[in-house]
Amino acid sequence: MMSAPFLSLQNLQVTFDVRRPGAWPWTPPRKLHAVNGVSLDLAAGECLGIVGESGSGKSTLARAIIGTVPTSGGKILFEGKDLAEMEAGERRAHRRDVQMIFQDPLAALNPRMTVGEIIAEPLVTHFPKTPRAEVKQRVAKLMERVGLLPNLINRYPHEFSGGQCQRIGIARALILEPKLVICDEPVSALDVSVQAQVINLLMELQRDMGLSMIFIAHDLSVVKHISDRIGVMYLGRIMEEGEADQLTTRPEHPYTQALISSVPIPDPKLEKARPREVIVGELPSPMNPPSGCVFRTRCRKAQASCAAERPQVVDLGKGHKVACPFHEAEALLEATA
Amino acid sequence: MYPDKTKMESLVEATNIAEVKGRSLWSDARTRFMRNKAAVAGLVILTAILLFAVFGSLFQAWTHEAIDWKLMGRVSQIGGPSIENGHYFGADELGRDLYARVVQGTGISIMVGVVGSLVAVVVGTLYGATAGFFGGRLDNIMMRTVDILMSIPFMFVLILMLVIWGRSITMLFVGIGLISWLDMARIVRGQTLSIKNKEFVEAAIAVGVSPFTIILRHIVPNLLGIVVVYATLLIPGLIMAESFISFLGLGVQEPMTSLGALIQGGSKQMLYGAWWQITFPLFFFLATLFAFTFVGDGLRDALDPKDR
Ligand SMILES: Nc1ncnc2c1ncn2[C@@H]1O[C@H](COP(=O)(O)OP(=O)(O)O)[C@@H](O)[C@H]1O
Ligand code: SF4
Ligand SMILES: [Mg+2]
Repeated sequence: MMSAPFLSLQNLQVTFDVRRPGAWPWTPPRKLHAVNGVSLDLAAGECLGIVGESGSGKSTLARAIIGTVPTSGGKILFEGKDLAEMEAGERRAHRRDVQMIFQDPLAALNPRMTVGEIIAEPLVTHFPKTPRAEVKQRVAKLMERVGLLPNLINRYPHEFSGGQCQRIGIARALILEPKLVICDEPVSALDVSVQAQVINLLMELQRDMGLSMIFIAHDLSVVKHISDRIGVMYLGRIMEEGEADQLTTRPEHPYTQALISSVPIPDPKLEKARPREVIVGELPSPMNPPSGCVFRTRCRKAQASCAAERPQVVDLGKGHKVACPFHEAEALLEATA
Repeated sequence: MYPDKTKMESLVEATNIAEVKGRSLWSDARTRFMRNKAAVAGLVILTAILLFAVFGSLFQAWTHEAIDWKLMGRVSQIGGPSIENGHYFGADELGRDLYARVVQGTGISIMVGVVGSLVAVVVGTLYGATAGFFGGRLDNIMMRTVDILMSIPFMFVLILMLVIWGRSITMLFVGIGLISWLDMARIVRGQTLSIKNKEFVEAAIAVGVSPFTIILRHIVPNLLGIVVVYATLLIPGLIMAESFISFLGLGVQEPMTSLGALIQGGSKQMLYGAWWQITFPLFFFLATLFAFTFVGDGLRDALDPKDR
């Protein structure tokens, strides 16, 4: 695992230009820092979870990796190659190797195309000469693999449930046998009962196909089952990163601790006894984030020095990193584990 | 849980006999359209009028330019509708067969509407979709051009064109084609902007589908509903524009005619009691307009995504 990482993000930045409506065309736009210096590594075959509130820049991070938004700083190294320096051919191969599964399963499928056409699109795009019979056969096989009846190949997306639509999205992402699959909140829009099915399917597929995976969610409880490692994101930055077990049982960063304690515990007795700590207030605007530590406006441990400069990342060993000098493990869940 | 393998396979075998045919959004819309009585009535009338315009000439006893000398000078007395002399709709003031002329005029009027509308569909859709999809500076330039073209009083320019380069049906088509796509381009661009932000378009971009294919495969089919509706509702407007120009005497040239020209001719003869000269063209004119409008409204209700 210590060799060159499969995917490496180095101080990645993504900025959007935001124009005030009605402003003169020549007034410079304001900058929105959606992703603000993220460094993460992903080993081959590993599943990295990304958690954070809505608006913390998770989707933007995913888009930067698949290359649908331009980066404004830092590097994305895919198998050691810089994405920004890839030539057209390599870029094409990269598009083949990295696929994405979207949050809104129905919106991710063109309502005018049949399921078969949707799943086949990546294959037909990259290998236009594939005979039709073979395309159809591969689509049918994959539909079966993701738990859809292959004879529904001529149906349209609106004839399926949310969970089934997500399976269609998964099949589309897998038809090119990619190396990396990015799942952007793949279950947030689904019923709780269906969430588990889809997550199980993703775990199975990841294991069987040896996929590397980035699994994004706003809820730690969803991520911790599927991920080997987890990164906690807040306002475009990584607050804490570590192995899933370590991070969920002994969180070091005040934000992670707050996230974990906001998850209800099913046992009412323990639920009452546990230290409760709700994150108060709103997520600050990424247009002008707080100086120093971006979490300081909502942090219960915040000190005067937190406003001065961006906190150093402290390495606690075993890949556990935390961006807070005042970290301290809190055995929040030990009682419940 | 994800169903277990063997069960799944037996289920697949059991249902594999026939692939299930999907219900596309189009077939849904067709069902809804067919339930709309006014729209279906409009469609029936429209079909009848189209058949009349295309095949009506097979039944005519006179051509549209032949003059029946027997009626010369006495059209308002003996030129009325009659089966015996072959003038089913009567004759005009020159003794020409009105039936043949209405068949011809209906054909020309519908053609002006349909051709103008087709130009709007092809040019307007591609133009608007391109501007909306690429956005940024290109969009700005393209849409400001449309704004400028739109601010030109089109009827005035068309009349000038007809006066300067002479009256001809080609000039009429060119003139109507030039302006008819502007509104369409705007509508399509607005719609494209909203479709472009849908995740399925992002999925296609991420996969590496080329921009042109994305426009044709993902954007245009999702626009088609609104395009079809707008195109249908555009036709009556264009027919009226042509009629107005013909009414001013600047439209199609004799011996060809259009409904507008016939109505104009008829309105002058009303004084002399030749009521048929205005009644028949006016009937076909109004029936065509209503039929297109009903069909367009029906299509709009059937294709309206809000109902879904
Ligand atoms: N295309 C865009 N233009 C401008 N701002 C954007 C764009 N996409 C996302 N943002 C902003 O970037 C921030 C992060 O958004 P996002 O990555 O979607 O967060 P998350 O997925 O974690 O909810 C938000 O403040 C959002 O408003
Ligand atoms: S650096 Fe300060 S404000 Fe930021 S998390 Fe640590 S204690 Fe809280
Ligand atoms: Mg998101």
